[in-house]
Amino acid sequence: MATLKQKAEEIQEEFAMFDDWMDKYNYLIELGKTVPVIDEKYRQKQYLISGCQSQVWLHAALENGKIIFRADSDALITKGIVHLLIRVLSEESPEAILDADLGFLDEIGLKEHLSPTRANGLASMVKQMKLYALAFKAKQSQS
Amino acid sequence: MNSQIRAQFPILERRVNNRPLVYFDNAATTQKPVRVIEALDRYYRQMNSNIHRGVHFLSQEATSAYEGVRQQAARFINAPDHRSIIFTRGTTESVNLVAHSFGQARLKPGSEVIVSEMEHHSNIVPWQLACERYGASLKVIPVTDSGELDLEVYKELLNPNTAIVAVTHVSNALGTVNPVKEIIFLAHRLGVPVLIDGAQAVAHLPVDVQDLGADFYCFSSHKMYGPMGIGVLYGREQLLGSLPPYQGGGEMIDRVSFEKTTYNELPFRFEAGTPNVGDAIAFSEAMHFIEELGFETLNKHEEVLLSYATDRLRELPGIRYIGEPHVRSGVISFMIRGLHPYDLGMILDKFGVAVRTGNHCAQPLMERFGIPGTVRASFSVYNTTDEIDIMIEALEKAIEMLQ
Ligand SMILES: Cc1ncc(COP(=O)(O)O)c(C=O)c1O
Repeated sequence: MATLKQKAEEIQEEFAMFDDWMDKYNYLIELGKTVPVIDEKYRQKQYLISGCQSQVWLHAALENGKIIFRADSDALITKGIVHLLIRVLSEESPEAILDADLGFLDEIGLKEHLSPTRANGLASMVKQMKLYALAFKAKQSQS
Repeated sequence: MNSQIRAQFPILERRVNNRPLVYFDNAATTQKPVRVIEALDRYYRQMNSNIHRGVHFLSQEATSAYEGVRQQAARFINAPDHRSIIFTRGTTESVNLVAHSFGQARLKPGSEVIVSEMEHHSNIVPWQLACERYGASLKVIPVTDSGELDLEVYKELLNPNTAIVAVTHVSNALGTVNPVKEIIFLAHRLGVPVLIDGAQAVAHLPVDVQDLGADFYCFSSHKMYGPMGIGVLYGREQLLGSLPPYQGGGEMIDRVSFEKTTYNELPFRFEAGTPNVGDAIAFSEAMHFIEELGFETLNKHEEVLLSYATDRLRELPGIRYIGEPHVRSGVISFMIRGLHPYDLGMILDKFGVAVRTGNHCAQPLMERFGIPGTVRASFSVYNTTDEIDIMIEALEKAIEMLQ
């Protein structure tokens, strides 16, 4: 199975094919449209990460030592990026998630979307993912 | 004519994302003409000094310039006296000042404060804080489907417990121009004072606080071509003079001793600490800019832009205007059916078009319309119909990408 780093590199390679922003955004939008919305039971208030501009829902569960993230957004571009983050971070161990370097977003020119000032919920989502990882790690070491 | 105006705004020459900037976020803040920028520069090069307390030349010069701006601001909104003009950091601080000081003097358990459903958070939260502190409650004038205040309900809300009414002159999210003169008239029949949030009005329509009968009128320099960090609170002198101070510090005092401090007279009693002299002096140039152009010219131009934009937007599939008030100023808020405002805004940005998306600091209003937010294009004197064409083209492209 691909490591977290390999998954990030894969995405970087995919984005290397695009020569302008429009191709890139079309791809994100396509992702946003085709990735299934998360189950309605996760689209609830307790999973909501409120951005001023767009909303993100995030659910995390620990299965066999790996964290499974499920997430969604009401805006397509945000959702496309949510999907990229899930691809990289989901099904990883809490340690790997805590150590994860998200520099690939910078490489593919989407780092601006992770700025808290965008208020699209993505910055808070990444923070929340790391918090989940921290919590699960603590839980693991207890048991 | 328009090119002469544009030439006065250096920032309009900027390119963003490799495209010429189309700036349609004027309701958030307008751009600044050279004369404002130069006045600020000149102040710090030639006049900077602390005011009111200095015997020396520069201090005298800066003091009289600063006080000159106060008189100019009084004339700008036809206030009867410069003593009723308090300089603040802007609309938000003006509302907070009144909510604090008026609240302390007049709110008690059972009192009611009336605001409206279309208020900016800046004209909601200070009142909530004051209500909590004094056990008063907040009453809300609802907004109709067309984006106007429901005056019938307003009349029913007014009662002997009403302590104050605080409403906006022009809605930042919808552009609605509210009938504030009538709103004030109705409140005054019960002896209730009224605060008007003029943040979105002052750059677009001539304001006459005496004609309106406003007890308090608040606005920000940065939304009317002036610098950020300076704004005005107008208060009817008798009422303002009866209120306790807001912040304590230098300048607002008469005599200080550890037993008892007595306060300075208006307007100084509400201006604690060293004021923002430089920005006030640059703000003066912004008022001159508006006055020299004249509201007639301004309005004519904005009307052309508004009606052109409304017509062109209508061509877009799925367009829905949020709020179609009878009297509108400067702002168009819209959605495209099925598309998220944030996605639209992101793509417009890539085309160099700066609009605002989201809830416009008016979450209760968005809830009222059951929407996550809108795309808001807000126009100013330097905008052109060509720029509207660029926005429409970008929107067409965005719709194509998103659908
Ligand atoms: C209607 C209205 N009221 C108040 C404000 C707050 O103004 P400021 O941020 O300058 O204090 C704004 C600005 O966004 C506004 O549009």
